[in-house]
Amino acid sequence: MRAVVTVIGKDTVGILAKVSSICTEYNANVIEVTQSVLQDLFAMIMLVDISKLNKDFTELVNRMNRLGEELGLQIHTMHEEIFESMHRI
Amino acid sequence: MINVHDILETIRMIQDECLDIRTITMGISLLDCIDSDIDRACDKVYDKITRCARNLVKVGEDIEKEYGIPIINKRISVTPIAIVSAACNASPVKFALTMEKAAKVCGVNLIGGYSALVQKGFSAGDERLIESIPEALASTTCVCSSVNIGSTKTGINLDACKIMGRIVKKSAELTVDNQCFGAAKLVVFCNAVEDNPFMAGAFHGVGEPDCIINVGVSGPGVVRSALKKYPDADITGISDVIKKTSYKITRVGQLVGVTASERLGVPFGIVDLSLAPTPAVGDSVAHILEEIGLERCGACGTTAALALLNDAVKKGGVMACSRIGGLSGAFIPVSEDAGMIEAAECGALSIEKLEAMTAVCSVGLDMICIPGDTTDDVISAIIADEAAIGMVNGKTTAVRVIPAIGMKEGDVLDWGGLFGKGPVMHVNTYSPSKFIGRGGQIPAPLHSLKN
Repeated sequence: MRAVVTVIGKDTVGILAKVSSICTEYNANVIEVTQSVLQDLFAMIMLVDISKLNKDFTELVNRMNRLGEELGLQIHTMHEEIFESMHRI
Repeated sequence: MINVHDILETIRMIQDECLDIRTITMGISLLDCIDSDIDRACDKVYDKITRCARNLVKVGEDIEKEYGIPIINKRISVTPIAIVSAACNASPVKFALTMEKAAKVCGVNLIGGYSALVQKGFSAGDERLIESIPEALASTTCVCSSVNIGSTKTGINLDACKIMGRIVKKSAELTVDNQCFGAAKLVVFCNAVEDNPFMAGAFHGVGEPDCIINVGVSGPGVVRSALKKYPDADITGISDVIKKTSYKITRVGQLVGVTASERLGVPFGIVDLSLAPTPAVGDSVAHILEEIGLERCGACGTTAALALLNDAVKKGGVMACSRIGGLSGAFIPVSEDAGMIEAAECGALSIEKLEAMTAVCSVGLDMICIPGDTTDDVISAIIADEAAIGMVNGKTTAVRVIPAIGMKEGDVLDWGGLFGKGPVMHVNTYSPSKFIGRGGQIPAPLHSLKN
């Protein structure tokens, strides 16, 4: 099971560190990270393994949402199935 | 890894274009709750609903969080209460109160099935239920009611049309202190479907399994945004864009439905491939029609544009899910669609045009406010006209009009939330009383004889 964490907004120092430290806290292994600038937005996309989480996935989602609010960024943490369903036959 | 562009597209659809799952609806059969003692029957109904649906809202909220997709409504539909209450020699309003109590305990926002199927006549319990609808709707907040008065196979029960004109009016009168809201929870159908997840017309058909999960998708905002990127495409190109978008929307519905059914341990029924608008900005079917090239929804050309939209939605969605059902198509409720409200207010959209539009989309005259002094017979005749369109075209049609008691053309009924607000629209007041008063059954059309 994997999830996709996306961070969209203005670039600031330490975003990657903060997001990955939360991943460590919940025992979510970071598999891949990409960064791009699309539609005038800085976007970081992180693929994480959530099969060995030490808490519920929904708690990780809540934690990431809080971080997003603190930093004034949009952070979405979504199960990868939704992307696969929508974009692959 | 999944393509970055795809990920951002999905997020944009959800965040900026109002993509959501409109409803997860659990259908529950109450056939095993039938009892001649009404109190015992109601106890069984309460136990069954709360047992089957106790985790529905929690599971819906978990899925919402995990996939990051809003699931706006969690709802319940039950076996038509006219069948369940037929053996009880008492007013079925007690069933409505029981449904309300069970719905509140489960945390769902609406429960449908205070219904009767009388397309070919009234059986025991039907008339009693129909007469009790205004009281049931006035004494509950989340119970929805529907009555099927015709079908392609049976023709139209004109006696039932006559009664329903009066019932619709009375439902509004009894809730006059609450913006006539009773009538907004009552739908009169022709060719009602048994697996519709959308309210107010949802009920759990007798041919359905004991318990089932149906999903209704949405996404007018996504379709409009997709079309915006092709300002110069020809109409075939427009159809292709709608198909592709509809495919993506429906895939999410399929995923949510399958996941919910697994977690609840209940079989997955159907995805209703619908474009269901909300009054929110950017979530309007009327605005899609305007994006296709009409100055205002209701202009000449609206019916053709809607026909294309409705067809393309189905073609795109059909491959995206395992089974399709419900109403499947574009909805055109006036009060629940910002673009329809604007069009009605500026006079571009009339009831007559809406009636024509219902011949080519899913459902019918939906959430339309009419003057409070509209006679019962005129309402009955509106129902008969709409049913005739459904009967002849072999499709579902419905009437959900709200007589605005004490109000006249141009006034506004405002419910807020998903029900929105609607301007009171002009209705032709020439009398159809003699026609409606004849009663009897309009015979089924020739093309119903397919065997």
